[in-house]
Amino acid sequence: MKAKILSAVRFILLFIGMLVMIFPFAWMLFTSLKTLPESISIPPTLFPSQPQWSNYAEAVTVAPFGLYLRNSIIVAGVGTLLTVFVTVCAAYAFTVFEFPGKKFLFLVCLATMMVPSELLIIQNFVTVTKLGLMDTFAGIILPTVGSGFYIYMMHEYFMQVPAVLQKAAKVDGCGHFKYLWRIMIPMNKNAIATIAILTFISQWNSFVWALMVTSSDARRVLPIGLLYFKDAVSSQVNLQMAGATIVIAPMMVFYLIFRKQIIAGVSRGGIKG
Amino acid sequence: MSDIAKENKKAVKRLTGKVQWQAYLYLLPAILVIGLFVIYPMLMILRMGFYESYTFITDEGSGFGLKSFSYVLRHRAFQLAVRNTLIIVCIGTPITLVLSLGAAVLINSMGKSRGFFQTTYFLPYVTSTLAIGIVFRWLFHSEYGYFNFFLQFFGMEPQKWLTDRNLTVVALTIFTIWNGMAFKIVLFLAGLQKIDKQYYQAARMDSTPKRRVFFRITLPLLSPTLWMVTIVSIIHSFKTYNEVYAMFSRESAGPGNSAITIVYYIYDMFFNKNQVHYAAAAALIFLVIVLALTVLQKVISKRFVHYV
Repeated sequence: MKAKILSAVRFILLFIGMLVMIFPFAWMLFTSLKTLPESISIPPTLFPSQPQWSNYAEAVTVAPFGLYLRNSIIVAGVGTLLTVFVTVCAAYAFTVFEFPGKKFLFLVCLATMMVPSELLIIQNFVTVTKLGLMDTFAGIILPTVGSGFYIYMMHEYFMQVPAVLQKAAKVDGCGHFKYLWRIMIPMNKNAIATIAILTFISQWNSFVWALMVTSSDARRVLPIGLLYFKDAVSSQVNLQMAGATIVIAPMMVFYLIFRKQIIAGVSRGGIKG
Repeated sequence: MSDIAKENKKAVKRLTGKVQWQAYLYLLPAILVIGLFVIYPMLMILRMGFYESYTFITDEGSGFGLKSFSYVLRHRAFQLAVRNTLIIVCIGTPITLVLSLGAAVLINSMGKSRGFFQTTYFLPYVTSTLAIGIVFRWLFHSEYGYFNFFLQFFGMEPQKWLTDRNLTVVALTIFTIWNGMAFKIVLFLAGLQKIDKQYYQAARMDSTPKRRVFFRITLPLLSPTLWMVTIVSIIHSFKTYNEVYAMFSRESAGPGNSAITIVYYIYDMFFNKNQVHYAAAAALIFLVIVLALTVLQKVISKRFVHYV
């Protein structure tokens, strides 16, 4: 009996906590379907009396969210591919080769983990300007693809692959590229997926850097588009919420589909601050 | 390092024997991007911070010394930024950690509903901070917002969360707590999963009280995770910026910049005030704090256990 009450209490506590977690999302969704007077009524009402789907139609005409979505997919997608490429190549080099400066370069990799990326933005802004990459996708993506932490993490995984395999591959006349592509990558696909998922989510949601290097509408990613949209519709909260919902929805769908992999990925490689 | 890894190290030496220049080819992409966008800016900022004035377009600076540092340290806005950041770190972070640990322990004890709760509690992590920040801005609205609605519901005075200079940082801290819990819950859950079930079975056989099981088994065995998550959270809180930006704006962190944080100060100096040398000096002060924390983590966690 006592145990039953206890587990009921636990469930209720968790349920209340969950309401707190999802309330902002629910409020956003409901407000996005209200008329303006309804959304600023006092006291506030939670549910729209009549869903105003036209808010979404209006939001899409004010700002090209379709374009922003495409840009976000390009930036996060290409950014993720490049990060994985850079990481896997470097980690492979540290795992199977002997070369002068190996220890030093690896140490540099570890050291970069301690540098907060917030610090680098000032100079990177100048560098990107000088390279003529202002307001280009390359300018948004390139500065973010090198991660000492991921190289370190990937290296740890590669070290777990028995070297006997490499010996065997060498005997069979399998070159390094083939060995990496056919053996190392398939054997570590979980770790690589972790890196890819974490990179994709953080690229998708990051906005500080992208905001600094973009100036035209054509290069804006979703969060930045939302920022301009917010100013464009000024204090029309229902439209703002329609915009916010449009921005949050794609990632939410992605998350609900891949939630197991995402949560596993974050708990495996999540210590990156 | 595991046995396989040790074996591998030896094997690599045996296999290769001679220097393999190919390695640099594989390293080239990493060297290029990390060199250009991490190491180089790091060195440049070290230099910028010591100038008394600096124009970044022409890369010209004058007067080499510590003046920028003393200016920043005496600057009222910076002191406010440090105070606000410390509020988030010293009050917000412990609250986040306790709530996350509680939620993780509860979720872990659930049967069928476990996956459901884990999924919903994790939502803020995958959500754009900027988008949900705009939502919070409205929830904190002094007239239409739900925060005041709930306060009044419980018989308390409504507050001007976003316009009262003393309250902006409170609103900001609440937002960072909500926003930061998801990540910590997942890490705690992973830590809880690692604890051997046998301990709990043994405790059940001895019919050990639940509370003692928590404090004598769960907590000690969770200590490496606890320590790692704590340090990561503290470092993360020191970097608070996205939340400020999302709830307020790029031009100012609330009325009179009252919700300013250290990183916000750095960006404000750079982009709004165009004082690059002050931004760089503040960035270096910030780096020292983060480095100190990271070293502390390395030293202490080495004594605890290896967790990676």
